[in-house]
Amino acid sequence: MKHLKNVVTLKLDEEKCIGCGLCSTVCPHEVFSIVDKKAYIIDLDACMECGACAGNCPIGALSVDSGVGCASGIINGLLNGSGECCCDKGGTCA
Amino acid sequence: MTDCCCKKPCAPKREPWMTGDVETPVGKVPTIGTRLTLRDELGALKVRFAIGRNNYTIEPGLYAIGEPTPESPVFVSANYKLSFDHLRCALGGTDGWVLVLDTKGINVWCAAGKGTFGTAEIVNRVQQTKIDQIVSHRKLIVPQLGAPGVSAPEVAKQSGFGVLYGPVRAEDLPKFLAAEFKATPEMRRVRFTLRDRIAVIPVELVIWFKQALGLAIALALLSGISRNGYSLANAPHAFVLVFTAWLTGGAVVPLLLPWIPARAFSLKGLWVGLMLWIVLGSANLLGASPLTELGWGLILVSVVSFMALNFTGTSTYTSMSGVKKEMKIAIPIQLIAAISGTVLIIIGGLR
Ligand code: SF4
Ligand code: SF4
Repeated sequence: MKHLKNVVTLKLDEEKCIGCGLCSTVCPHEVFSIVDKKAYIIDLDACMECGACAGNCPIGALSVDSGVGCASGIINGLLNGSGECCCDKGGTCA
Repeated sequence: MTDCCCKKPCAPKREPWMTGDVETPVGKVPTIGTRLTLRDELGALKVRFAIGRNNYTIEPGLYAIGEPTPESPVFVSANYKLSFDHLRCALGGTDGWVLVLDTKGINVWCAAGKGTFGTAEIVNRVQQTKIDQIVSHRKLIVPQLGAPGVSAPEVAKQSGFGVLYGPVRAEDLPKFLAAEFKATPEMRRVRFTLRDRIAVIPVELVIWFKQALGLAIALALLSGISRNGYSLANAPHAFVLVFTAWLTGGAVVPLLLPWIPARAFSLKGLWVGLMLWIVLGSANLLGASPLTELGWGLILVSVVSFMALNFTGTSTYTSMSGVKKEMKIAIPIQLIAAISGTVLIIIGGLR
C-alpha cells in the first residue's frame, strides 16, 4: 500500500553518509538500502515522514519535514495550533 | 494514576499484575507477570472500543520479568497499559528488565511522534531508576516504533546507554533475542494487514458517532420542510441514510482499503460512496424526487470520502506532505458536495 507519489520531503546527502545503517534499521517502510557502506533511497514514495531516520543519523546526512500524516491531526493543527494526531486511537500502533 | 502520597522514595502502587519483588543494589524492583488475566483482556477490549482510552496507564519506572540478573536485557516501553501488556506477554519465559517511560498513557508510536517517548525521557528514566547500578551492560532495547522520538547517538552521549532497536511487533522479541539482537527486514516493517484494519473499525465508528448523529439530526430536521408545512415523516429516512454512510466510511473503507482503486484516501472514499449511491439509488431508497435523490447522493459521497480521508490518521503509511496535498483538494470539494446536497434536499422538499 502506498499513498501519493512524489510528495515526500525526505533528502539524503550521500556524500556525508558513513554507511552506519541506522536509517535502514529504524525505517518502518524499507525506504533505504545500504550498498558498499553507503545509504541509498530506494523507495521514496513509501516514506511516511516519521522522521526516525533523520533523528537517528549520527552525522545529519538526512533531512525530512516530519509530522503527523493524518488529516485530523492537520486540521487540529490549523484550528488550534497543536497537531494532535488522531492516531491516539489507532490500534495498529502498539 | 498514582495515589501515592508518601515522600520519596515512593514505592510503586501494588497492581494485580505484579507478582513479587527482586532485590537489587538500589532497592526492590517489582516483578511483573507475563500472563494476561481476564481483567487485562477486558481492559484491552474496553480501549479497543475507545472507552477510557486516555487513562489506561501504569506507573513509569523499572520492573523485572522472570528472574533477571545484571546481564539481563533492558526493554524500554511506554506507560500505556496496552503496549506494556503486549510486551510482558511477549516476554513470557524471558528474564529481563522493563524500563517504563512516562508517555502520558500514550502508545509508543504516537508518543514518539509527540516526543514524549524520546531521548529526554529515556535519559531521565535511566537516571531516576539508577539502572546503571543494576545492570552490568550498557544497552537498551527500544521498540523500533519509538525511533521517531529517539536519537540513538544522543541517548548514548547523555546516558551512556547504547540503543538497540528491537522489532516493530513485541511478539517478535523472542526471535530477536534468539538471533542476538538482530531483526529480520520483515520484523522491521510496519504493515497494515486486514487484521490490523478490522481491529480499528470499532474505534473508527465510535469516534465518528457524534458527528454522524449531529448530521443526521440536522438533515432530519431540514428534510421536514415542505410546501405543505413541516413534518418529521422523513426523519427516520434521514437517520438511516446518514448512519449507512457512517457505517460505510468507518467499516467498509478500512476493510477494503487496499483493494479500492486510487492512492488518495479521499478518492477511495469517493468510489465507495458512489457505489453506495448507486446501490441505494437503484433500490429507490434515496427519496421520492430526483432532486432529493441527487441531494442524498452527494451527502453520502461526501461523508464517506471525508471519513476515508481521516482514516489516513489510523493508517500506517501516509506522510504529512501527502495528506496535506490530498486535503487541499479534497476538503473543499467535500464541503461543496455536502452543502449542495443539503440545499438540494431542502429544495426537493419544497417542490
Ligand atoms: S544513518 Fe546516516 S550515516 Fe548512517 S547509513 Fe543512514 S544516512 Fe548514512
Ligand atoms: S522518515 Fe520514516 S518512513 Fe521516511 S525514510 Fe525516514 S524512517 Fe523511513
